[in-house]
Amino acid sequence: MKDFILPDPDFGTPAWASDRTVTLSIDGFEVTVPEGTSVMRAAAELGIEIPKLCATDSVEPIGSCRLCMVEIEGRRGTPASCTTPVAPGMKVHTQTPKVAQLRRGVMELYISDHPLDCLTCAANGDCQLQDMAGAVGLREVRYAPGANHFQTRQNGEDNPRYTPKDQSNPYFTYDPSKCIACYRCVRACEEVQGTFALTVEGRGFEARISAGGSDFLSSDCVSCGACVQACPTATLQEKSVIETGTPDRAVITTCAYCGVGCSFRAEMKGDQLVRMVPWKAGKANRGHSCVKGRFAYGYATHPDRILNPMIRNTIDEPWREVSWEEAFGFAARKFRAIQQEHGIGAIGGITSSRCTNEETFLVQKLIRQVFGNNNVDTCARVCHSPTGYGLKTTFGTSAGTQDFDSVEQADVVLVIGANPTDGHPVFASRLKKRLRQGAKLIVADPRRIDLVRGPHVRAAHHLPLRPGTNVALLTAMAHVIVTEGLTADAFIRERCEIDAYQDWAGFVAEDRHSPEATEALTGVPAGDVRKAARLYATGGNAAIYYGLGVTEHSQGSTTVMAIANLAMATGNVGRPGVGVNPLRGQNNVQGSCDMGSFPHELPGYRHVHDDAARGLYERLWNVTISDEPGLRIPNMLDAAVGGTFKGIYIQGEDILQSDPDTRHVASGLAAMDCVVVHDLFLNETANYAHVFLPGSTFLEKDGTFTNAERRINRVRRVMAPLTGMADWEVTQALANAMGADWAYAHPSEIMAEIAATTPSFAGVSYDLLDREGSVQWPCNAAAPLGTPIMHEGGFVRGKGLFVVTDYVPTDERTGPRYPLLLTTGRILSQYNVGAQTRRTPNTIWHAADMLEIHPHDAETRGITDGCWVRLASRSGETTLKATLSDRVSPGVVYTTFHHPETQANVVTSDYSDWATNCPEYKVTAVQVSPSNGPSEWQQTYAERARAARRILPAAE
Amino acid sequence: MTPEKLTYMANQIATAFARRPEDEAVAAIAEHIDAFWGPGMRAELLALAEAGAPELSPRVARAAHLIRRPQAA
Ligand code: SF4
Ligand code: SF4
Ligand code: SF4
Ligand code: FES
Repeated sequence: MKDFILPDPDFGTPAWASDRTVTLSIDGFEVTVPEGTSVMRAAAELGIEIPKLCATDSVEPIGSCRLCMVEIEGRRGTPASCTTPVAPGMKVHTQTPKVAQLRRGVMELYISDHPLDCLTCAANGDCQLQDMAGAVGLREVRYAPGANHFQTRQNGEDNPRYTPKDQSNPYFTYDPSKCIACYRCVRACEEVQGTFALTVEGRGFEARISAGGSDFLSSDCVSCGACVQACPTATLQEKSVIETGTPDRAVITTCAYCGVGCSFRAEMKGDQLVRMVPWKAGKANRGHSCVKGRFAYGYATHPDRILNPMIRNTIDEPWREVSWEEAFGFAARKFRAIQQEHGIGAIGGITSSRCTNEETFLVQKLIRQVFGNNNVDTCARVCHSPTGYGLKTTFGTSAGTQDFDSVEQADVVLVIGANPTDGHPVFASRLKKRLRQGAKLIVADPRRIDLVRGPHVRAAHHLPLRPGTNVALLTAMAHVIVTEGLTADAFIRERCEIDAYQDWAGFVAEDRHSPEATEALTGVPAGDVRKAARLYATGGNAAIYYGLGVTEHSQGSTTVMAIANLAMATGNVGRPGVGVNPLRGQNNVQGSCDMGSFPHELPGYRHVHDDAARGLYERLWNVTISDEPGLRIPNMLDAAVGGTFKGIYIQGEDILQSDPDTRHVASGLAAMDCVVVHDLFLNETANYAHVFLPGSTFLEKDGTFTNAERRINRVRRVMAPLTGMADWEVTQALANAMGADWAYAHPSEIMAEIAATTPSFAGVSYDLLDREGSVQWPCNAAAPLGTPIMHEGGFVRGKGLFVVTDYVPTDERTGPRYPLLLTTGRILSQYNVGAQTRRTPNTIWHAADMLEIHPHDAETRGITDGCWVRLASRSGETTLKATLSDRVSPGVVYTTFHHPETQANVVTSDYSDWATNCPEYKVTAVQVSPSNGPSEWQQTYAERARAARRILPAAE
Repeated sequence: MTPEKLTYMANQIATAFARRPEDEAVAAIAEHIDAFWGPGMRAELLALAEAGAPELSPRVARAAHLIRRPQAA
């Protein structure tokens, strides 16, 4: 095991960016730093640590504790080094008899209002107050305890200043008796997280931190942990540390939840994970995190986890626990028998967007080399395949154009079909920071997402379009840009195919695309569209961020191209601060697409028609690879129902819950002879499985994830796999049981094979990643350290291609029977199908999926807040509870799909994107009516699921 | 896959290229189907086109001549 014990030094104040530098001397040593840097930070760069309490480098200094004072030659007094900027030729003395004495005095005051229970305090050994008392040489406290905040009783009465501990948050506690009123938490919540949940109540000695509500849980706090991280004392403390004590080593790894791909220090004690702390040097998150990555890792040791392989002959038998060998032998025999009888193409597999690149690569290799066909697909189809198609067609690569740092230079940000504060929280925090600095925001979303009106953030424009009209709206914006002469003509002439541009410009300029003409379709007032388009085109660096609200439509690919058109027409591609940025749902959606998970594509997006690419793998793997695309997930299911497809290996996905048309998936799976599910839990799909291979969590394996900015981040094993085998080892053993001779000893060897065969990964190796922390592909001879911004000199495809984007209304229409439009989304505390987050205390924030409905629509239907409703569409119906909300417009209803009981996909339609068949989750015509409880489907489903999950005790 | 669904999907592709001139659009439809559809789906589509299925858009019907023949599996 490789350990990365990286010290995380605190420089006291944030880094300052400036072209000019300043040279000064500190304690006789010369140091040169950017202009604007604090004396404290300059000293820290020299390795001189000035005592401090209220300063930390994640937030701006306020100079309140006075512990950091220094003497500066030629200046009177003892200025605070955290708030004093450096000046040329300055001579600073950090330790003089005068400041030493003053510091002791300051500490003495602090300690006089602090309980002296260090030995039993949760922060013992990890407390800055303790450290500083030591650092300044505090030896006595002369004040007798007078007015204070820590004694419960004083003079025989209740101490009015004492407030008991707030333990309401499931992950951390707030103990006001230990607070030193440094306000680091308040600033972290404002500056780092942007939630503004904390305030200071009272002044001077009376000042206490307050979460606004009666406690943390009922406040606006989103439990990101930034304040806990910033707190120098045990006042805000992780419950896990209170329970286990301080960690003794740290391993740098990557969050396994969303596409932001935050870097964390996994802080360990033996093989026990004590806490996850966002890593300051992480280039995606820059030291921030959200509640999922920071706290919701308890699923890794949840009792529901299956730790032994299991098999059964039919799905109505109970599961039988067996040895790994027996399970592999069983699966291999069944798969080969199926191929004997029904042909090579009668089996296939599904890769996971949750597993590592290396694991995904192996699964597609298993299918292409050992199964001998191209029947590999991935659940990324259900979210971002239109991104691949759209961006490849227009720009030439299937990925976003920027790094997350880029948002710091954006002047206008258009967020469309994404809800970053819930779906991509750390990116949202970085975006909000930029917005507070003055960048302008345009939100195009049917729902009034949090970003539209947040603390200290106001969208300049919210365009609440009707679900399904993205293309009409974006084309109307293009109409304004072209007809009002706001195009970036030089950029277009130089970088884009000019004929295609002229054709496109002529098309969008047609009157029928004007905001006025499309207002009736989109429901967005024409004036707002015009203003938003002008702002996007003329407001400086303009960046577009989009999510599943763009891709999961019958015109998903067209919408992605419409977005790319807008960016090209305004010259907003190819430099920091601009670009087109898909926000990927799951942690490794990008990576699973990169690694050849589609039936028509080899790793690196090379089509199976490409003889050279196929030849490469054929020689290396010693097989013939078909130049025909294999089956996609829906085709596999169709073929299963038709009797020609009989076996499937599903790694880390729950297709029964995440794929459209739940019943079709169920009947397809039920028709197969051998369904192998490889996952952490007995998920919904496993109800139809014959072999269950227990999976490992990201804490138990080495590998890499690729986030939404193409950044390849290392995942490092911090504990041994509970099942004895990491996922890549399981795939390897299955391959070998089927006759392969794979001998990977470590995932780094798999990465070596990826690099050797995939041009955009040619330069990637674990050594490089260990050295650099992470790199963004393409990483090769031309870009040895990766590529933060794409298309800088020109487009990857050569010239950028404008594509005409005609609006084609979806056939999923409202009518008298189904008059409302349902759209779906996600919320902060839960993740995708929720298999992990549902098994953590995060459920405290989201116990069930709810249907958001506008009060008008509710009233006419006799629906009240919290009542059960029946949600019916042409495909099916389900029941859930309603919540009245004016975040959705009348005519639109909204729900999440985190809980299996909801079965939201029973309701969604069968329509899909024209180019990639990404399902149209975001628009379904529905009717809502009061109901008295779960539907029949839900009830019978729950019964079936219970029966299918029975496990026999292992035979001795 | 049901013939209705297959037809629907093929026609969706034709609609996406609807604005292109006839020949170009027909070629684009064939190219798209070759790139993304496996041999099974193509065979079913070709059978439909051969049978002169009336719901198939005329351009898809024409594109059928350009679509790569799936090898008999
Ligand atoms: S956990 Fe995050 S949101 Fe909650 S108070 Fe702390 S910084 Fe603010
Ligand atoms: S809670 Fe912690 S960070 Fe906040 S003011 Fe008190 S001691 Fe400082
Ligand atoms: S879920 Fe996403 S935003 Fe939250 S910590 Fe993990 S990677 Fe970061
Ligand atoms: S650290 Fe500078 S005043 Fe507190």
